[in-house]
Amino acid sequence: MTARIGVVTFPGSLDDRDTQRAIRLAGAEPVALWHKDKDLKQVDAVVLPGGFSYGDYLRAGAISRFSPVMETVIEQAKAGMPVLGICNGFQVLTEAHLLPGGMLGNDHLHFICRDQKLRVENADTAWTADYVSGQEIHIPLKNMDGRYVADERTLDMLEAEGRVVFRYMDFNPNGSLRDIAGITNEAGNVVGLMPHPEHAVEPLIGSGRTDGLPFFTSILKKLVAAS
Amino acid sequence: MARVVVDVMLKPEILDPQGQAVQRALPRLGFEGISDVRQGKRFELEVDGPVDDAVLARIHELADTFLANTVIENFTVKVEEPAVGAEK
Repeated sequence: MTARIGVVTFPGSLDDRDTQRAIRLAGAEPVALWHKDKDLKQVDAVVLPGGFSYGDYLRAGAISRFSPVMETVIEQAKAGMPVLGICNGFQVLTEAHLLPGGMLGNDHLHFICRDQKLRVENADTAWTADYVSGQEIHIPLKNMDGRYVADERTLDMLEAEGRVVFRYMDFNPNGSLRDIAGITNEAGNVVGLMPHPEHAVEPLIGSGRTDGLPFFTSILKKLVAAS
Repeated sequence: MARVVVDVMLKPEILDPQGQAVQRALPRLGFEGISDVRQGKRFELEVDGPVDDAVLARIHELADTFLANTVIENFTVKVEEPAVGAEK
């Protein structure tokens, strides 16, 4: 028994294949989903991958948010289906108002690509249970529009409810308010973050660390336990 | 035919690094006395037929749900009649 995890491909998605690979390495079955298709093929969870869907025209994630597949994803996410948004996927989730706040251009106005140190602030979400709260991890970060913004009241609420899931450590790469790298919704089934866990799942590649793999093992365990 | 213009601006409390970069370039170009620049987006919508209240309400809804993300941006909608003798 394994779990089926969908990965949406939008026009301009870049990391859908890497995400499918990470899911497979964790022991789950990746299922390709297409942006024009409302059908989620009976998957147990969905990942919205990184990239520049619809060219980031208008605002990052603004057009993808209205694609046919997102109609079903939004409906299912509200019903409790686990959804992970990575980078552009995080931007889509804020545009869809499944997560509060918004994403804007990096404060230094440059694209940034680096190995980023993060602290896991919440290890209770569907996607982070295989981490330990307070754990420090390194995950690649690459973005143009990575600045997380929200009004003070929303930021205070996120902090008070433990909904900041990841925070940038040592260096804030994009001007995100309160060093926020990732957040979750109230129920903990929807998580979005800017760094790319799917690029840190094999010792052979990149920094040689596999700090991103627990995202995919966390969700697999949760889904298998629930079935 | 009328033109409806939707202007979208970042909310005042949100940092606008692009506007700041423009503002910092001004003294070098000989423009003094401009203390702040904020950059926004302008959408020009060419509407077929008359722009009545129903059409304006639809455009307002369009701006509210799509052209602007009201979590981070504000917008205004205004009707611009084409001037006599203007192009087109």
